[in-house]
Amino acid sequence: MKWKDNLLKDFSKLGPLIGLIMMVIFLGFMSDSFFTLDNIFNLLRQISVNALIAFGMTFVILTAGIDLSVGSLLALGSALTAGLLAGGMDPVLAILLGLLIGLGLGAVNGLIITKGKVAPFIATLATMTIYRGATLVYTDGRPITGLSDSFAFEMIGRGYVFGIPFPVILMLAVFLILYFVLRKTVFGRQVYAVGGNEEASILSGIKADRVKIGVYSLTGMLSVLAGIILTSRLNSAQPTAGEMFELDAIAAVVIGGTSLMGGRGRITGTLIGALIIGVIDNGLNLMNVSSFYQQIVKGGVILLAVLLDRKSK
Amino acid sequence: MAGTPFAEMQGVSKSFSGNQVLKNVNFAINKGEIHALVGENGAGKSTLIKILTGIHKRDDGVIRLNGKEVHFSHPKQAEEEGIMVIHQELNIIPHLTVTENMFLGKNITYGKTGILNTKEMKKQCEANLQKLGVSNIDPDEVAGNLSVGKQQMIEIARATSTNAELIVMDEPTAALTDREIESLFKVVESLRKQGVAVIYISHRMEEIFRICDRITVLRDGEYIGTEKIFDVDFDKIVKMMVGRELGDRFPERHHTAGNVVFEVKHLARKGLFDDISFSVREGEILGVAGLMGAGRSEIMETIFGYSGKQYGSIHLNGQELAIKHPSDAIKAGIGFITEDRKSKGLLTDFSIGDNISITNMTSISSNGVILAKKEHQLITELMNRLNVKATGADQETKTLSGGNQQKVVIAKWLGIEPKLLILDEPTRGVDVGAKKEIYTIMNELTKSGVAIIMVSSELPEILGVSDRIMVIHEGKIAKLFDRHEADQEKIMTAAAGGEQIEMEG
Repeated sequence: MKWKDNLLKDFSKLGPLIGLIMMVIFLGFMSDSFFTLDNIFNLLRQISVNALIAFGMTFVILTAGIDLSVGSLLALGSALTAGLLAGGMDPVLAILLGLLIGLGLGAVNGLIITKGKVAPFIATLATMTIYRGATLVYTDGRPITGLSDSFAFEMIGRGYVFGIPFPVILMLAVFLILYFVLRKTVFGRQVYAVGGNEEASILSGIKADRVKIGVYSLTGMLSVLAGIILTSRLNSAQPTAGEMFELDAIAAVVIGGTSLMGGRGRITGTLIGALIIGVIDNGLNLMNVSSFYQQIVKGGVILLAVLLDRKSK
Repeated sequence: MAGTPFAEMQGVSKSFSGNQVLKNVNFAINKGEIHALVGENGAGKSTLIKILTGIHKRDDGVIRLNGKEVHFSHPKQAEEEGIMVIHQELNIIPHLTVTENMFLGKNITYGKTGILNTKEMKKQCEANLQKLGVSNIDPDEVAGNLSVGKQQMIEIARATSTNAELIVMDEPTAALTDREIESLFKVVESLRKQGVAVIYISHRMEEIFRICDRITVLRDGEYIGTEKIFDVDFDKIVKMMVGRELGDRFPERHHTAGNVVFEVKHLARKGLFDDISFSVREGEILGVAGLMGAGRSEIMETIFGYSGKQYGSIHLNGQELAIKHPSDAIKAGIGFITEDRKSKGLLTDFSIGDNISITNMTSISSNGVILAKKEHQLITELMNRLNVKATGADQETKTLSGGNQQKVVIAKWLGIEPKLLILDEPTRGVDVGAKKEIYTIMNELTKSGVAIIMVSSELPEILGVSDRIMVIHEGKIAKLFDRHEADQEKIMTAAAGGEQIEMEG
């Protein structure tokens, strides 16, 4: 199949991949425990949460937008889902409802941006605060515990399939679906077109507003999916969950080479970007580097990635 | 005008990564001369200018100023020698005033205090404009509020204020109204009197014949010749440019109008246009003339559902259309080739293929999934049909010449098999050869029954292509002509509001 060739071509085109490989080799030498199966799975599972959000963020940034509300939206969505679970609702139904809530909260972002004509940065800055506040109101500032002990709910964050953590499988499945959507569907083309030149794409008959509402809704849903994974792992929903997550998600997209100006970028890059951020966190932990220094290193890598990307153009 | 020319280029050659774009080109211009530089897109005009102004280095050849050989390695050096370029995209900062723009980067201060001497700058600004015979620009006005024509005057004044001896004007009239073009020509005349040399790059032959003294033609990077303007005519120049007889400028047109396909009744938008009613028949080309700003493009954008609320009604094949968004118009079978190709017509960062696909998603997809084979077929077929010259469907459209870009835009609309095609300034920035190809395509489309509306500011084009001509003046239909009863003068009179409104029928 042709799109599989494209997948490989996409990966090879990306400088960040080389960076990732070098980091992995370096850490392999520096720490005995890095290349253990336990650590790799642990790493991938940690990454899955950020990657899912970053996948959505890729769509948003491709349309030349930004979504700062993902972290708060994650917290609100998972708190509401946890509320449903604690109330005894069927877990599958509760999770599906939770995803729908995420979709709706994302759509609100999209509506404010398109119908209200508010700049994405401002609109999502506002909803970031509103969603966080709503989470605190709903939870009264306390974690929601006593959630379901059903198989489905445990599986989503804690489960394994053939020895592979379920969140990792979920992340890869979502990646493949979204890769296909971006490259092979009408919606994907429209996402690129709207980001490339909104006026020209409207004059070509694209309903740019709908496309934008679509990408913010998608991001909302994926953020809540990430939130439910977290909730399942901790077996509780935290009102402070997801704080600063928007930064890691945006960083993954940018490291992956997607242009903040819109119209250019790849979701494969985002996956690699998320891996790089995860490997930095994990590697520095293994090397016992203080978490204060970790932040400096992470910021440095983001800068380096962008500078190298600029050079190569 | 014997003696040493002001600037002289001899045997200039240039290659970019093995691709020779200039071969042994000669060019000379005297003081006080207006010299046209023409050639199809890609002929090497801009490379030649970039070498003259020090942006590119020549591989071979000699450049002399006042008989002395010069080697520029930076545009600053050329500027110091008095060589200035007025680009098509103006270097005007819109939220600064006229004076601030004029003294950008060379502000006058009180000694070395860094405090601006605004009084003195304003005085000099007025003097600079006066020198060009321009009196209707307020130095305190914010530049963005001025028309493009006036902004251009600021740039010319800025160039002359630093004792420019040679000014290069690249397509200076492309975005000007007719009245502004007249003022520009007056300014060019006054430059000539001051002994300034002007290199005039343009696709518009009428202008060249009006104001230029000599003309130099390039083709495919080669020097074809320099002629006195009185010694040549339109056909000769075209032949030099294209390298073959192009034949008639406009392809022959036999049209038999069918039934009315498209009709607009009492269309209006507050402040822009009012009571616009007209119809187009099957296989007919309706030309729309008028001054810039008369509301022509706004009418078309409204028909297409791009802008504003509309009053009145739009009918296709007798059925009223409810168009709220361009997608509605497209579904009904209307295509719209916009005036501004680079910002509205094309996704310039995207490939030819992507640009063609974008309007044709319904025919190349099923359930939202794009069918690669169908897409490839459509793109190849349309690129062939329109004779798009490119390395392939993957080539980014921003790297194409104006003519080829326009062909891509037309291609993306032919895919929807339109019943009505609206073309707004279809040949702007397009060279002579590609122009004729575009006219031929329009002809062929009408033969298959497509109705065409063509908005154009070039009267020869309006007269050469249209079956009927509608003239718009200040948002209203001033006059409707049949092809055989119209001439340039009649259209101009109507466009300027010289005749009373007279509706057909």
